[in-house]
Amino acid sequence: MYIRDSRFRAIAYQTIVLAVVALAAIAIYRSTIAGLAARGIPLGFDFLDKPAGFVLEQSIIPFKATDTYGRALLVGLANTLLVSLASLVAATLFGFAIGAFLVSDHPILRGLARVYVETLRGVPLLLWLFFWYALLLYQLPPANQAWEIAPNVFASKDGVIFPSILWTYKLGGVALSVILGLVLGMLFTRRSKRRRWLPALSVLASLLIALAVFQPDLVFELPTKGRFRIAGGSRLTAEFLALFAGLSLSASAIIAEVVRAGILAVPTSQRDASMALGLNSWQTLVFVILPQASRLIAPPLASIYLSLVKSSSLALAIGYPDLVMVANTAMNQTGHAVECTAIYLATFLLISLLIALLMRNLERDLK
Amino acid sequence: MPHFLRTLRAIALILIMVPCAPRARAAEQTLDLVKQRGKLECGVSPIAPGFSYLDDQGTRQGFDVDLCRAIAAAILGKPDKVEFALLESNLKFEALRSGRVDLLSAQTTWTFTRDRDFGFDFGPIVFHDSQAIMVRLNLGVKTAQELSGATVCLLPSSTSQQNLEDYFRTHALKYQAVLFENSDEWRNAFFAGRCDAISSDRSAILSVRIMASDPSQYVVLPESISDEPLAPVVRQNDSNWKDLVSWVIYALLMAEKKGITAQNAESLRNSPDPEIRRLLGSDDQFGKMLSLPNDWALSAIKAVGNYGEMFDRHFGPASSMPLERGLNRLWVNGGIMYAPPFR
Repeated sequence: MYIRDSRFRAIAYQTIVLAVVALAAIAIYRSTIAGLAARGIPLGFDFLDKPAGFVLEQSIIPFKATDTYGRALLVGLANTLLVSLASLVAATLFGFAIGAFLVSDHPILRGLARVYVETLRGVPLLLWLFFWYALLLYQLPPANQAWEIAPNVFASKDGVIFPSILWTYKLGGVALSVILGLVLGMLFTRRSKRRRWLPALSVLASLLIALAVFQPDLVFELPTKGRFRIAGGSRLTAEFLALFAGLSLSASAIIAEVVRAGILAVPTSQRDASMALGLNSWQTLVFVILPQASRLIAPPLASIYLSLVKSSSLALAIGYPDLVMVANTAMNQTGHAVECTAIYLATFLLISLLIALLMRNLERDLK
Repeated sequence: MPHFLRTLRAIALILIMVPCAPRARAAEQTLDLVKQRGKLECGVSPIAPGFSYLDDQGTRQGFDVDLCRAIAAAILGKPDKVEFALLESNLKFEALRSGRVDLLSAQTTWTFTRDRDFGFDFGPIVFHDSQAIMVRLNLGVKTAQELSGATVCLLPSSTSQQNLEDYFRTHALKYQAVLFENSDEWRNAFFAGRCDAISSDRSAILSVRIMASDPSQYVVLPESISDEPLAPVVRQNDSNWKDLVSWVIYALLMAEKKGITAQNAESLRNSPDPEIRRLLGSDDQFGKMLSLPNDWALSAIKAVGNYGEMFDRHFGPASSMPLERGLNRLWVNGGIMYAPPFR
């Protein structure tokens, strides 16, 4: 009998579990469709091509009210990626530094780092966001009385405004060449472990060649004072800054703890040996301890990155137009709740899978 | 039978049953649900002076709230047989759609898309509003035309965002919008000076002004940039329910026209006016036609008074949020509020 065969049984059980899950999904889908149909609500993504009829304050992709809901969602996605990426980099830098302080021999440094970690991770992120946002709004001057914190750089409740480089096709050419150089360099490095310097060299080379070929001249757009606010230039809104501060600082506290755990997990004999070789404590940390600790740090770091990106959706509490906020707006204006929810669920899942994949590769490389 | 086969059979049974899982009924009968439950579930705004707010005793009061009480009284005989769901504007439509509430009485603007594409039906207009802009006094702005380049705080889940865009585009003015999902954050950001201006329905803007620590520091600009007809909302394709909600409102309007108040309603049952007698259930069987007790309108009027009494209680000169009655007067008094005949 097949039933006695353990391999057959294993496959059969798995098939059955899969079938149950699939059927449950179909049942949910069908009852949703039937429910919507009973109330006369049409389902479909046609609304993405309709004009949105609203403006978005912070957008790195040009956007105006006559553009479509689809493009508005794209702006939202770009905003999510922008704040996530910026926070991710800052959180990593802070986190590693604070993590190193946590195991430092100096009691004051260690104590300060401990206070930093406990304060930041002990309060819910949402409350931190409200705190940072209120701090910016109440401490900075009104938009028409902005402080000039550096030549042509202004700070007010409206955010930080700085000169922007006007985008020309020549600059575009340079950017493309640099990306091409990076990709080529990485492709060739993958084959051998020794030529690690190759990507850096190819980026530098392509940058120099592109500069020589295109000879781009930089044109700056300077911020100018208007009646209400400062016009022109690039701006980081108060909402962006508050979200960036909240996400990066809170995540850095958790990263610091993970880094501390990783460092402590490296046997003390490694430290003793490297000190005996005459390395100072800084060199010991950077060249001996951290490379070994990073193998232990990488897996929990991936989870922290994932939760940081997902937490960026708290943006809607303080008015930063991220993907969820724009999707909610579209949902409220068009009534396509199921579609909008599906869009941001799928997008966040995709981003998370991508980060998980990258971190898995990193883990493999560290082994 | 081997253990494995028994498991298999159990799973097969579940699989057969999954596609038969309950589906939404084709035509809902909200009225039956309300009667069965013995309570009306009514969606109102959490904080909206005049429309939905807590009084000194901690009881929920307001124009929208009274409407819910009137409907509860008409169906179940008592105005307190109602449960209020406090819904932010970004959640209210989902709450209605999912069946969490039986109706929305939450300052909802009646628009084409909401009526057609959202799967809702709207009752009669209960409040004619318009969209207004408020600015800080020290900006020295007198009209909306001067607002080019200004930053405006908005709630994205309302019609105000698109109306403002239309207005500024028509007048070739530039502006920046900062959007807030939550009305508390929206107000606080404006008071903190994040925006030069704030825009929403005029009644909502006036209530924001009242909540300011110093209302005299803010001015509401004279322009009305859109029409905002506010109406109760019900789920689409439930015409018995929609009829009921509509006729309770018409009964309150008719009561004002006929001079029926919360005080004199009981005694007017013996009035010689045949329309009053029909309305109050002394003659004819109007209640039965709505599947309600025959004194449905009487209960509603006794609970909250007529439309004018309701308006005065929440927006009258003695209220905490005095508003001009304007378009919301009966047509006989120069407004546009009108009830079809009770015949």
